[in-house]
Amino acid sequence: MQAVLVIIPIISLIFAVFGGNMGAVSSEMLNKSGEAVELVISLCGMICFWSGLMRVAEKAGLVEKLGRLLSAPAAFLFKGIKRGGKASQLITLNLAANILGLGNASTPLGIAAMKAIADESGDYTDGTATDDMIMLAVLNTASLQIIPATAAALRAANGAEKPFDILPCVWIVSAYSLILVVTVTKLMCAVSRQRRKRKL
Amino acid sequence: MNITDFIIPLITVSVLIYAAIKRVDVFGAFCEGASEGITTCREILPALVLLLVCIGMFRASGAVDIITKALEPLCAAVGFPKEVMPLVILRPFSGSGAMAVYSDIANTVGADTFAERVAATLIGSSETTFYTAAVYFSAVKCRKTRFAVPAALTVDCTAWIVCGAVVYMLF
Repeated sequence: MQAVLVIIPIISLIFAVFGGNMGAVSSEMLNKSGEAVELVISLCGMICFWSGLMRVAEKAGLVEKLGRLLSAPAAFLFKGIKRGGKASQLITLNLAANILGLGNASTPLGIAAMKAIADESGDYTDGTATDDMIMLAVLNTASLQIIPATAAALRAANGAEKPFDILPCVWIVSAYSLILVVTVTKLMCAVSRQRRKRKL
Repeated sequence: MNITDFIIPLITVSVLIYAAIKRVDVFGAFCEGASEGITTCREILPALVLLLVCIGMFRASGAVDIITKALEPLCAAVGFPKEVMPLVILRPFSGSGAMAVYSDIANTVGADTFAERVAATLIGSSETTFYTAAVYFSAVKCRKTRFAVPAALTVDCTAWIVCGAVVYMLF
């Protein structure tokens, strides 16, 4: 990130010198910093509303409830952990918080879940990721969130008439990503198991 | 009236009713969560100022045009809006960067256009892959992540095409 932030202005400067766009670059710099503040202010209302509502859902026990529903699919995805154990509980809570879009809750739960997986799988000593760790991490890199609140807030801030009209699109693409990432991970787990067997 | 119009009001009302039945202090909990939202906004603002200025410089200098022009054949081949390509590239690396690029795209092409919807769908259906992987694996001091990053990137490398196709079919 550091390098990118230095390189982009340098490249811009070079292009501006040769393209004769220095005036535009200079005025854009002043405009954009103001635009950033405007953007955050127009996002703020909806982000606050959604995190408020989701906090209400959390307090009403919806995360735990959803977590219990997820224990069956979790048992299929995570083979190396005890059923109903601490890791399995934290994993389902992490996934539930992700689905509800509780970013602030899901990351700490996910980190705790990674540690619990490390504790429960006896062979984690040399810093090599276990299959379950990889599964949890890749699930978190896929967007499980059902209501894309930030994307909708961004759309509203930029004048979209119905910010949520992309919901079906978001669901289809999210489902595609989820299925793909789970399939690829399971396949790669199987391949590496085969390889290990051959070595022995 | 559209079915998607119902989703947000329905979710809101059902969460509120469910919470009231469970005897949750709805007002207190809402305000607590909402003030967390303000913290989120406050935290992203400094990054957004810097990123938007960088993107503004980059666009005004004419460098973006050259990059999008270079990627044009690829985009044209799959019918993908070329304005969105910078977002596809940046998305796995930076969340606030993606927000900044999205705003820039929406400003240029206008709201409720094909390119704007593709950009928003992309943001709504993906995560900051590298950041997330780094946070999760560093939590257990894992040095060898094996196939985790390649597996996650199969999504980032293909989802944009699906995004374009889905938005094209549904709108």
